[in-house]
Amino acid sequence: MSLKDKLTALRQQGLADIEQATDLKAVNEIRVHLLGKKGPITEVLRGMRDLEASERPVVGAFANEVRDDLTTAVANRRETLENAALNARLAKEALDVTLPGTPVAKGEPHVIQQIIDQIEDLFLGMGYQVLSGPEVEEDKYNFEMMNLPKDHPARDMQDTFYITKEILMRTQTSPMQARTLEKHDFSQGPLKMISPGVVYRRDTDDPTHSHQFHQVEGLVIDKHVTMADLKGTLQVLAHELFGDKFDVRLRPSYFPFTEPSVEADITCFNCGGKGCSVCKQTGWIEVLGAGMVHPNVLKMAGVDPDVYGGFAFGVGPDRFAMLKYGVDDIRNFYLNDVRFLTQFTKKG
Amino acid sequence: MKISYNWIKNYLDLDVSATDLAEKIERTSVEVDSVVQPSAGLKKIVVGHVLSVKAHPDSDHLHICQVDVGDEEPSQIVCGAPNIAEGQNVIVALPGSRIADNVKIKRSKMRGVESAGMICALQEIGFPEDVVPKAYVDGIYVLPADAQPGAPVFDLLGMNDSLIDLDVTPNRGDMLSLNGTLRDLAAIYDQPVQLDVPEVKAEGPAVADQLTLHVDEALAPQYRMRLVRNLKIAPSPMWLQIRLWNAGMRPINNVVDVTNYVMLKYGQPLHAFDYDKFDGQDVYVRAAQADEKLTTLDENDHDLDPQDIVIADAKAPIALAGVMGGLSTAITDQTTTVAIESAVFDRTHIRKAAQRHNLHTDASQRFERGVNQAGVQDAADAAAQLFTELAGGEVQAGTVVGSNNQPDPAIIKLTLTRVNQVLGTLLSLDQVTHILDTLGFAVETADDEMTVTVPIRRNDIHIPADLLEEIARIYGYDKLPATLPTGRMTQGRLTPAQRLVRATRHSLEGLGLNQAISYALTTEDKAKMFLTHPDSQVTKLAWPMSVDHAVLRMNLVTGLLDDIAYNTARKVKDVALYEQGRVFYREDGQERPAEEEHIAGAVTGTLLPKAWNHPAQPVDFYQLKGIVEAYLQDMAVNGDVTFEANPQMKEMHPGRTADILIHGHKIGFMGQIHPTVAKAFKIGATMVFDLNLQAIIDMPKRANQYDVISRYPAITRDIAMLVDENVTNDQIMAVINRRGGAYLQSTKLFDVYAGDNVPAGKKSLAYTLTYQDKTATLVDDAVNQAFEKVTKRLESDLGAEIR
Repeated sequence: MSLKDKLTALRQQGLADIEQATDLKAVNEIRVHLLGKKGPITEVLRGMRDLEASERPVVGAFANEVRDDLTTAVANRRETLENAALNARLAKEALDVTLPGTPVAKGEPHVIQQIIDQIEDLFLGMGYQVLSGPEVEEDKYNFEMMNLPKDHPARDMQDTFYITKEILMRTQTSPMQARTLEKHDFSQGPLKMISPGVVYRRDTDDPTHSHQFHQVEGLVIDKHVTMADLKGTLQVLAHELFGDKFDVRLRPSYFPFTEPSVEADITCFNCGGKGCSVCKQTGWIEVLGAGMVHPNVLKMAGVDPDVYGGFAFGVGPDRFAMLKYGVDDIRNFYLNDVRFLTQFTKKG
Repeated sequence: MKISYNWIKNYLDLDVSATDLAEKIERTSVEVDSVVQPSAGLKKIVVGHVLSVKAHPDSDHLHICQVDVGDEEPSQIVCGAPNIAEGQNVIVALPGSRIADNVKIKRSKMRGVESAGMICALQEIGFPEDVVPKAYVDGIYVLPADAQPGAPVFDLLGMNDSLIDLDVTPNRGDMLSLNGTLRDLAAIYDQPVQLDVPEVKAEGPAVADQLTLHVDEALAPQYRMRLVRNLKIAPSPMWLQIRLWNAGMRPINNVVDVTNYVMLKYGQPLHAFDYDKFDGQDVYVRAAQADEKLTTLDENDHDLDPQDIVIADAKAPIALAGVMGGLSTAITDQTTTVAIESAVFDRTHIRKAAQRHNLHTDASQRFERGVNQAGVQDAADAAAQLFTELAGGEVQAGTVVGSNNQPDPAIIKLTLTRVNQVLGTLLSLDQVTHILDTLGFAVETADDEMTVTVPIRRNDIHIPADLLEEIARIYGYDKLPATLPTGRMTQGRLTPAQRLVRATRHSLEGLGLNQAISYALTTEDKAKMFLTHPDSQVTKLAWPMSVDHAVLRMNLVTGLLDDIAYNTARKVKDVALYEQGRVFYREDGQERPAEEEHIAGAVTGTLLPKAWNHPAQPVDFYQLKGIVEAYLQDMAVNGDVTFEANPQMKEMHPGRTADILIHGHKIGFMGQIHPTVAKAFKIGATMVFDLNLQAIIDMPKRANQYDVISRYPAITRDIAMLVDENVTNDQIMAVINRRGGAYLQSTKLFDVYAGDNVPAGKKSLAYTLTYQDKTATLVDDAVNQAFEKVTKRLESDLGAEIR
């Protein structure tokens, strides 16, 4: 058998062996066997000494070709087997992606806080300041400067927790109106403020009453502030909190610190204004009280009511939250059942 | 006040339904609580004439009645009412009828006897018990003799009406009457209204010779009486009874009913005295004396207060003025002579008296809000006229007047410019004057200025702003444009303190705590726990509603523990809460407490619930400490945060409590609550912290800063050591940090161990020290040198045995 025939047979056999190797170890053994220093190709090349000089380059080139073919075949086979092994391993690593994610510690803002923040952000954007005052107030600021002198019948409307004759738990955040009006320098610009906070009333706790709740008071005083501005402002508030579909209507009411005084209703959530049991068939739900600041309130705070005037409104975030989410018991807000607190998770 | 739609329609030409009218009232005048049609939902209830009554053979109280219900044959109806009698006209619910509360009446058998329907009491067809005439409260109602058998009863009883219940605000006393409501509606619907004018035919001798009044004018600015003799007390005619019960008042007799009717119509409360029961002819209106007593019409005894106004005869008080009459001079069936009082009492006195005696009557409600001071005589006249018409009375000539101080009408100047400027409207002078005119206000104009004379009956209108409200509401709030304030720009932004408070909340939420809002009013015991101002005095409410909410809190922790208790009781075991709010500290001798913002947290159970891939880890001291540290890092307070063991707080675990200090100033504490406290709250092991948020707000803050990240590699060395068990991490860290050399970047504790393999009284700690040079590659030698130095100091300073 000529050397060339030997090489041809070697190649044929080698390629067949490589093709049949089923694991990397076998491939490696074949490689060492065929292409190693003691392998048959090396041996064939050694036999070249016996060839004629003219044949040597031809056979040498052929031998190299065979070696390259086998080397490539080994590499290909190895890659194929490696890929198969990797795929097999990855297949084994497959997860049930429907298993729950690992819990993370995550806290939620209180639903009332969310509403207060939303109101604050709205009014900040319209150039209002946010001011907070003492929760333990003087009778003077809570009532007298709000045009509620000691014997005023409207004092019966809000039962008060007194501490002493002159000191009380504020029943409204309106005292900040008086406190701010007293200090505001109108030469520096109009007064536009909201005042959020906790207020207290002498009430027995039940599903619709709480001795502690929240209020956001708003006040704008300038030279030309109109009742139309109040209406527009309340409309913006309703749209922000409930959505653009909601409309606002005003109805006459009575508060000692505003004149004219109004209650504001918004479109009923439940029926969208068609009339249902929630809104007593009216299509409207009462949400807040407002009005044009009473001249006496301005006068008592040292502001000239002939020059300055404006509006005030008082919003109850508790009531808003109850309406917005259908919360049926106001006490939920203060008992802090975790199952309640973690329901309001929507951000933004 | 419930006002009748039919009654209103007697005076105004209204082409609107009762519900539409009610809506209009609500949009323009006062709130409407409800609109109720008494006959709504009822059917097949007719007049029946009782032909015969005989006892039921198998019952001691049932009767078998033959009743003419307008059919050819009489119906047999079994009736249990004690007052059923032959010849009566009664209310019959026919088979297939529907009575109150949607109850259906069927043909039935009662103890074996067929009954074709039911003879009804007023309550059974929807009348509230307290308006049913006394004679019929415990039995069936008897209809007038001229009622037609078979005719529906609804018209006879005034039930085909709509009753609009007005929720009148304190300023609109004028709306507590038909006349006042009519005047408002006249303006709303822009219609003239003609109110009734009373006409009295006086026959008898002058009242002045029979009565003398002595009135304290400060207490009763107006006080007058008429006298009517030879009255015959009887039930009122149906029309009058209907007016009363539809207004929610019980008909009593023709005299009392007339006074109530006049009050409903004119808004002026009247009182009818039995003149013959007066001791003498002198009547006094005065303050009560301290030891005086009065039994009122409702048969309750009252100890009078010197602030009460009383009507008295020569001997004793006979009425609590403006609130309720006295029993001794009450109208009875034997009364023949009636003194009618029509007066105006001081509002504040009446309000206080009604509160003091817990007697809120229709009269006091009206006097508190102020009655029409120009209508006092009209009301007395109207009553006198009706006494003649309904009770055959003989009106005595004239009226005795004890006081007569009518206020002057308010005269208010207002410019059109002002109207449009405040309302944001473009109204014309004609539009505005027309509105005022329809309200019955007299207007004189000069250019743009109006001079408005307000009728005395509108005692709520004093200043231009009051007129603006009238104009706005009658014009219609719906027609107001909706705009936003213009004028100079203002900057809206949160203060640094407000931003920090928000950041506090966001930080703690990010760290896994839910925001709680607890009650700030608590018990004295709870207020005094977990005090960070140990000398603070409690602040108590003067009149708390309940013992649970009687004192202002002086800490936030107990509120959170209450919350945890609430959750625990409901089997919610893992609770992680924080609260931001005020605590109230009061120094001895101060009236008013100082308010301090605090931030507190409480965690029980586990922060991360057990899941399929990891076990539950009960919250421990270090977990909460991690939260506090991360929070304080977020706040960027300038200064080292340190934790010092505090075994002294009695509500806290003595070995698991730390004071929290910033730059050496204590700002709060954290740790595990004492097991006895946990037990008292009925909760499990709980970790808490409470920080003075105001102090954090006030402290100087670090600004964020960029630090170059070194391009050169860091070298780490681990060190493990045995130390006495009372040596703290802080002590070791102090030595390492002080002696670590210039290249020491950070030191991290990675293991703490005590127990097997560690000698008793010792513990093992292990740290990783990281060295780095920001400007060059560190050489091992430099690190080895520095590490050796630290090792030696630990051995010498803390007796550490390096392992």
